[in-house]
Amino acid sequence: MSVAQPEARLKTSSLTFQDLLFRLQAFWAERGCVLQQPYDVEVGAGTMCPETFLRVLGPKPYKVGYAQPSRRPADGRYGENPNRLFKHTQFQLILKPPPVNVQELYLESLEAMGIDLKHHDLKFEEDNWEWPAGGAWGVGWQVMLDGLEITQFTYFQQCGGMDLDPICAELTYGMERIAAFLQDVDSIYDIVWARDKETGATVTYGDVRLADELQFSVYNFEMADVARLWEHFNSYEAEAQALLEKANAVLTDENASPKEKKRFPMLATYELALKCSNLFNLLDARGAISVTERVGVIGRIRALVVGVAKAWAMQQETSS
Amino acid sequence: MSDFLLEIGLEEVPARMIAAAEAELGKRVSELLKRERLMSNGAKVATYSTPRRLAVLAEGVQAKQADTEKVVMGPSWKIAFKDAEPTAAGEAFAKKAGVEVSDLKKIETSKGEYVGASVKLTGRTASEILIAELPKEVLGLYWAKNMYWRAAKPERFVRPVRWVAAMIDSSVVPLEIAGIAAGNTSRGHRVLSGDKPVVIDTAKSYVEALRAAFVVVDVAERRQIIRKTLDAATRTVAGARWREDEALVETVTHLTEWPTVILGNFERKYLDLPEEVLVTVMRDHQKYFAVEDAEGKLAPHFLAVLNTQADDEGAAIIRHGNARVLRARFADARFFWDVDQKTPLAKRMESLKNVTFQKELGSYYWKCEQNLAVANALATIVRGADAPFDEAALFKAVELAKTDLTTELVKEFTELQGVIGGLYARAQGLDEKVAQAIYDQYSPASAEGAIPSTVEGQLLGIADRIQTIVAMFGIGNAPTGSKDPFALRRAANAIVKILAESGLPLTLSDVINASSVSDAGKAQVNEFFRERLQFYLKDVRGFAYDVVNAVLAVGADDVRDAVARAEALTAVRGSEDFAAVSAACKRIKNILRQAEEKGFRPDPPKLGQLALEAIDLWDRSKEIGPQISKLSEQRAYREALALIATLRPTVDQFFDKVMVLDPDEKVRSANLGLIDEVLRNFSTIADFSEIVTA
Repeated sequence: MSVAQPEARLKTSSLTFQDLLFRLQAFWAERGCVLQQPYDVEVGAGTMCPETFLRVLGPKPYKVGYAQPSRRPADGRYGENPNRLFKHTQFQLILKPPPVNVQELYLESLEAMGIDLKHHDLKFEEDNWEWPAGGAWGVGWQVMLDGLEITQFTYFQQCGGMDLDPICAELTYGMERIAAFLQDVDSIYDIVWARDKETGATVTYGDVRLADELQFSVYNFEMADVARLWEHFNSYEAEAQALLEKANAVLTDENASPKEKKRFPMLATYELALKCSNLFNLLDARGAISVTERVGVIGRIRALVVGVAKAWAMQQETSS
Repeated sequence: MSDFLLEIGLEEVPARMIAAAEAELGKRVSELLKRERLMSNGAKVATYSTPRRLAVLAEGVQAKQADTEKVVMGPSWKIAFKDAEPTAAGEAFAKKAGVEVSDLKKIETSKGEYVGASVKLTGRTASEILIAELPKEVLGLYWAKNMYWRAAKPERFVRPVRWVAAMIDSSVVPLEIAGIAAGNTSRGHRVLSGDKPVVIDTAKSYVEALRAAFVVVDVAERRQIIRKTLDAATRTVAGARWREDEALVETVTHLTEWPTVILGNFERKYLDLPEEVLVTVMRDHQKYFAVEDAEGKLAPHFLAVLNTQADDEGAAIIRHGNARVLRARFADARFFWDVDQKTPLAKRMESLKNVTFQKELGSYYWKCEQNLAVANALATIVRGADAPFDEAALFKAVELAKTDLTTELVKEFTELQGVIGGLYARAQGLDEKVAQAIYDQYSPASAEGAIPSTVEGQLLGIADRIQTIVAMFGIGNAPTGSKDPFALRRAANAIVKILAESGLPLTLSDVINASSVSDAGKAQVNEFFRERLQFYLKDVRGFAYDVVNAVLAVGADDVRDAVARAEALTAVRGSEDFAAVSAACKRIKNILRQAEEKGFRPDPPKLGQLALEAIDLWDRSKEIGPQISKLSEQRAYREALALIATLRPTVDQFFDKVMVLDPDEKVRSANLGLIDEVLRNFSTIADFSEIVTA
């Protein structure tokens, strides 16, 4: 029996983490997408940003891409695990409606990041997606490149409990994975984030993010004040509920003018719901949600998120 | 004779759904062609599929239906013709049928003479029919999960349809499926062939046209390529074998269009991780085949089935990439293993309170408490029997059995629950009996699986499952029809199998009574287990249905005893003597039933009232009755049945000579009393009247 030798290092990509993002953004911008900046409220996934969650509702076509830091408090590992992060970067792309050649475009976007498909093995393997609290689901694939899941590709079917028409395609690129793969590093923290062209000096992912991972793990798992988190949760929830009630009153009021309907702050209401979702994740990481509570709390978040989605859809219809 | 080709081009179809869809499409197309009289004798229909296509090639198809003639019935002859001259009604009918009046025929029917016309029906072309009928057939395919993609949702299908090729010989059948007009082009492999259309010259050239575009459309051929190339890649390592895994071969067959195989390596240090973990990572998470050495031990290699053919540079990159992913996965597993050791299983009980077993029932902490109570009750019965076990180890195992649910490794590899608990128990220095019982608790996972190897493991497995079954029945979650979302049938099958194949002195009612079953719910649970025992005897052990019915009619509680009786009965049922005796039993049963209907009562037989032949039967019955009881006690059922078969001449004589339902009431009652006693004496092993005789 032969002894397994460590694999020889191969020629690796010279593209930095940020180069990859630039290339991806440029690729989709050239194909008519709006490039958004990351959303400035904590979310567990790029899908939850209003640019996806609310824009996919209704008939209006839209194409948008953004690199969203996604927070999953329970996934933190104090920066000690080379493959797991509390906060990772999803490049999120929405194509509504999806063009017929959406898969081919996706493959081209990989080429744009310097992936020569002739030298790789690519498979689309079934993987369906759902976000029960958002009343959202879709069917699709995990895209596997040489055995690594690099993208989640989903055809949205429902959102906020409503059938979508038209549907959209959502592409979620896992940027850290792609970068570590192309740069051939075994730890996410060794990814070269930026390189100074003149000096050749590099800044790594660890330089930029390790402190986040360590300190937020400490906070999320050890120090977050459970009582206060609940207080925040209840407070955000109460405000969101109050706004939702008003929204439903205004949006269904036949005497209210389109202008009055249009100016109702659904987006602000949605942010409050997102706050609740993040607080739930924190409480969960903290081990503060008991079995009996869990289903109930998810139900409360769902009521807000789905409530906003329905009100938003109504607002789009009645105020236009 | 023509050939018809249909190919539906799709975005990647889930591997698990392809085989059934391919078969269904083939069946639908065949049936359509038959129904429409388009299949010639000797026509053959072949089906193909890859992740991106489903195809059917029908060879020997008629380009057009044959013309036919049909007789259309008109009014009665008298109305159509008066004095041999056509009436207005007769002319109207001829016009409607499209024939001359002179062509009308007289047709005799049971109701009298009528007018009829022979109408010629021109056959439609295959193309016309396919255009009208085929799209419905395609869109009617069953998919476990559907989607819609076009505006206004006109159809649902597994994934978007991207192209359609439909041809009769070399001409396009211009049908339309899901908004896509059919043509004569397909597409090849995404990377190796690219976007350019692949032109199909004739329907028959389909397979070769696709092969030239780097797509092997024939599933059996791909499967064989994969097996051969796995063999070839493994041969590069001396003495190595790839681990056979039929399910994985199927999966990768349906994930590839142009399969090739690479052999990759991983660091030997990961071989320290339990083999169960390594294999799960490779098989379930990465779809890699594991490699073992000549002794059957895991070797530090893996085999990945690719959907491409790379040059040397590409192969090196792909091998490296896959190895990198595997290394990260193994490193994760190692990390989880190490983290998990910081909190031993014994310290994880409390956190089970946060893991839901079932919303309406409680947490896994609750579940463990319940399991303990059941295990206690079971232990009381088994204690002192011939199945020695370590009671303390059993209770420890029951207590800790579910704690691995809180470990990182089980969260990552849920399919390894139990196994991981057992491995951790061992690593944490717990008694080997405890570790093994935890490890085996979910065995057998299927009808073919082995039961737990220790008495402690068997008892844990039984306690856990009966608790689940009874608790679920209690909240209305019993399986119904094809629905069994909590896999309770599988759980009960496992209990039956353990009782059948272990030496545990437990009956089904012992097991059921050990649980907290309510008096009201007991009948339902008993009936459920009776069905499971029936399933086990019939479907797992393969006993004939009449044997199973005969055996269960006398007793369905002691599983091992039922198996022994079924074996004995199967062995003798072919003999002529036995067939005669079982026929006699059926006869006795019928007579007793008739007697009851007529209000005739059996009395204890008295010598004075019995005929000679009846006395013979009585004597024989009294003589061998105790012997049969004794043999039955020793479970020497085959001998007992052989003894029963010796009754044949006596029974035959009795029925020849004695009229059981004698007009004399005293004689009749004595006769009835006799046959009743005989039946009871000989029905302790099986109800022979259930046996179907040829």
